[in-house]
Amino acid sequence: MSQATDTDVREDGIIESVSGPVVSARDLDARMNDVVYVGSEGLMGEVIEIEGNITTIQVYEETSGVSPGEPVEGTGSPLSVDLGPGMLDAIYDGVQRPLDVLEEKMGSPYLDRGVDAPGIDLDKTWEFTPEVSAGDEVAPGDIVGTVPETPSIDHKVMVPPDYEGGEVVSAESGSFDVEETVVELDNGEEISMRQEWPVRSQRPADEKQTPTEPLVSGQRILDGLFPIAKGGTAAIPGPFGSGKTVTQHQLAKWADADIVVYVGCGERGNEMTEVIEDFPELEDPTTGNALMDRTCLIANTSNMPVAARESCVYTGITIAEYFRDMGYDVALMADSTSRWAEAMREISSRLEEMPGEEGYPAYLSARLSEFYERAGYFENINDTEGSVSVIGAVSPPGGDFSEPVTQNTLRIVKTFWALDADLAERRHFPSINWNESYSLYRDQLDDWFVENVREDWPEVRQWAIDVLDEEAELQEIVQLVGKDALPEDQQLTLEVARYLREAWLQQNAFHDVDTYCEPEKTYRIVNAIQTFNDEAFDALEAGVPVDEITDIDAAPRLNRIGVQEDYGAYVDDLEEDLAAELQEKY
Amino acid sequence: MKEYQTITEISGPLVFVETDEPVGYDEIVEIETSDGETRRGQVLESTSDYVAIQVFEGTSGIDRKASVRFLGETMKMPVTEDLLGRVMDGTGQPIDGGPEIVPDERQDIVGAAINPFSREYPEEFIQTGVSAIDGMNTLVRGQKLPIFSASGLPHNDLALQIARQATVPEEEEGGDDEEGSEFAVIFGAMGITAEEANEFMDDFERTGALERSVVFMNLADDPAVERTITPRLALTTAEYLAFEKDYHVLVILTDMTNYCEALREIGAAREEVPGRRGYPGYMYTDLAQLYERAGRIEGREGSVTQLPILTMPGDDDTHPIPDLTGYITEGQIYIDRDLNSQGIQPPINVLPSLSRLMDDGIGEGLTRGDHADVKDQLFAAYAEGEDLRDLVNIVGREALSDLDNKYLDFADRFESEFVDQGFDTARDIDETLELGWDLLSMLPKEALNRIDEELIEENYREDEDAAAEAVEAEA
Repeated sequence: MSQATDTDVREDGIIESVSGPVVSARDLDARMNDVVYVGSEGLMGEVIEIEGNITTIQVYEETSGVSPGEPVEGTGSPLSVDLGPGMLDAIYDGVQRPLDVLEEKMGSPYLDRGVDAPGIDLDKTWEFTPEVSAGDEVAPGDIVGTVPETPSIDHKVMVPPDYEGGEVVSAESGSFDVEETVVELDNGEEISMRQEWPVRSQRPADEKQTPTEPLVSGQRILDGLFPIAKGGTAAIPGPFGSGKTVTQHQLAKWADADIVVYVGCGERGNEMTEVIEDFPELEDPTTGNALMDRTCLIANTSNMPVAARESCVYTGITIAEYFRDMGYDVALMADSTSRWAEAMREISSRLEEMPGEEGYPAYLSARLSEFYERAGYFENINDTEGSVSVIGAVSPPGGDFSEPVTQNTLRIVKTFWALDADLAERRHFPSINWNESYSLYRDQLDDWFVENVREDWPEVRQWAIDVLDEEAELQEIVQLVGKDALPEDQQLTLEVARYLREAWLQQNAFHDVDTYCEPEKTYRIVNAIQTFNDEAFDALEAGVPVDEITDIDAAPRLNRIGVQEDYGAYVDDLEEDLAAELQEKY
Repeated sequence: MKEYQTITEISGPLVFVETDEPVGYDEIVEIETSDGETRRGQVLESTSDYVAIQVFEGTSGIDRKASVRFLGETMKMPVTEDLLGRVMDGTGQPIDGGPEIVPDERQDIVGAAINPFSREYPEEFIQTGVSAIDGMNTLVRGQKLPIFSASGLPHNDLALQIARQATVPEEEEGGDDEEGSEFAVIFGAMGITAEEANEFMDDFERTGALERSVVFMNLADDPAVERTITPRLALTTAEYLAFEKDYHVLVILTDMTNYCEALREIGAAREEVPGRRGYPGYMYTDLAQLYERAGRIEGREGSVTQLPILTMPGDDDTHPIPDLTGYITEGQIYIDRDLNSQGIQPPINVLPSLSRLMDDGIGEGLTRGDHADVKDQLFAAYAEGEDLRDLVNIVGREALSDLDNKYLDFADRFESEFVDQGFDTARDIDETLELGWDLLSMLPKEALNRIDEELIEENYREDEDAAAEAVEAEA
């Protein structure tokens, strides 16, 4: 977390009362949303209400033992993050304190209080190469040089958006720490590799554009049926145990974004540990480097202070926007936005605000839309193009999608991946319900798939959707009369739909090969099932009984395409065998 | 230490006192009533004029003249290895008539959050000897896996069975003392009846488990507010034994529903804005502060594994207590009323049950290479059979295909052979998986689409009759 650069000295206050994470102070001269240090231990907090002489503060740390009469010190600046090289490969808490540094400073595996640490290492030096030279004119946001941050990512050093810009006086290459000036302007402005930005305000950009490129996730049901665009928004609601976190992890691992910001908001400690242990060993499918080289983790687990949970999504999206400004495609996963909403509810109820629906504050909907609106495909102020895609998990109580957080989220996001407890119970993973989910990006992304995968992608996909829809209808009848009472062609449709579910929609996240499925393979699998479908219906028309068709030896091999590394040859063989075996029968 | 006789309001479990010196939030308070009795409490809200105190032992008998002392520190638990074998009440006072406890350390009962960076990912398989858990929803060291039960179901028997049988397979061979890490059980009872408590104590004594256990008893007639600290005392002791003394600790907390009721009572007394069904809006955070104290820490030998038990009001798992619990814990084990009435022991319904840490805790080198595939196939086949049961009620068995009939038989045998093993049988993981293969061999090979072909060739029982005999022999 950045220390405040206090330009104006402000009056300190005295604690008046303490109730959990909410502290009120007397005589404190602070602005709304300013960061303050509370009590003799200097716990970090943020001003959330000012009334008369009383200032109300939410404290980001445990308040046990804090008592009235202790001092409150203002910093005069809002909650901000440090931006600069060193954020990738890092793991932060909700207010951007690096957890590894905290462990070292506290000398204990437990999180102590009142310890602060800068978000980026101030002592580490980086190799800076300028991209401007003396005499060049630079405007706010312009890229003035690069730093090789990780093997995957070149960090671009930019003129901070709140600078005026001007003519470059000097630009030096060499080894610097993040606070040293690397570029100097004629108006006296000095540019270093580090800048600060208040988390609650959006970083400026020129124009938001309509996204036309998919964020390829390597997950068949997502790429195939419900794709999300680069710069798009998606929600994953589902009851507990339905696979929200596994889906988020899969996206963080395999999505073809340049940068991934993963926000663990109020979730399990062990899940974050899994990410910390797994990601450095996994390979980024696009660059071949370690996945961690493109990842920034923010972990505020459920037992960490509730106020920091409220701020962690903002910390995450500000970091995402900063990388977007460099022209990168950033994907942000927030797991789970419900915990964020609950943190708002908890603070709001401590403030005794009038509650809205189910005790959530009336401004829930405004806060959610404000957050999701920070996603998008942007033309940046330095004329590069970058995107922030936001994928938010939602944890509705009792799995009931009619609750306020799910409903308010669905009003904003354009992709909806509905997780289904029934599917999870029968271990159909990813347990995304294909009848309820939708993606409003589907049409605008079709061009990309046609160009980059196969020309008939939209048609093939539509065929699959039709079969699955028909299955849903037929299943209702089967529930009443049994499968054998259906006419033969409908029995065959059910069989085809079963392969679509088992061979195509199901995907094993824990299988080395199946965990990632490139779009070409996604296409080949559904195409192979279509081949089976066509050949089978030809056979049926020629008078072959349906039992004999479904009993052929080649058909179950469809279920194994997913785990084939060399799927091309496998599918070729399989399609031939399917045709041969079925044609033999008539 | 300053004493106040300035109580202005007493309401339910809360006492409000005017103070002229600052008092710390969460501080411990002693209240002496006019007849000389001492009650303990904790500061819930502290302002410069007054403090709100939550009294653990109930407020009856406290009047305006009772004197209030603030002890200047937050609640601490005296911890030592000698706690093993001891029985305490819900506030940590010994009730077994044993010697006084001489603490090595006094630790804050709230417990700071473990830095996620310092955690070690749990992946050591714990063999509970229960097939429905080991085979289908494996427990690992450092996991928090609650038992979702309801009134009238034998969740206590299952908890006891696990406490009795739990081992880690490699250690059996290497001997317990090799790594210097031993097994300990911490039992935190919140609002359970004296009869239930006796059942636990008898079993602990009968099996000799008591000497490696620490028991905290808050019974149904003990003050409800006291229940909010009982699990914290239990977990503080667990953390001490695990991370300072290298024990592998299994913490059984029962019944979390009573704990949540106590939270609601305090919330209502404070006139807080209630969340769902009257439970406080911060219940998620509060429960997380308990459950998240399970885990492993890098560089420390021991582990804290939690097995909280909760009874779902009205068997409804969307009720806030099971719902919030499920969102925090790493899975859940469902006790099923139908299976129980069929006499299946333990009546675990594997379908809605889940262990999130299972995938990393099983497989080659941990359990067996075929474990994951066998588990997936058993789940799929049992789910299929369960679905068909509804259909059979309408159309009858004759209307179903051969394969469907096989699925139905499979589901029946899965329940009667795989799940129903009795509360006194311990099966090792090999037995459990072999039994799984026996059952799967009832289905045609082509139907086993979740299992690797090689594994099928290796393990599939070609001859159905032989398979059936094998099962009989084992049963």
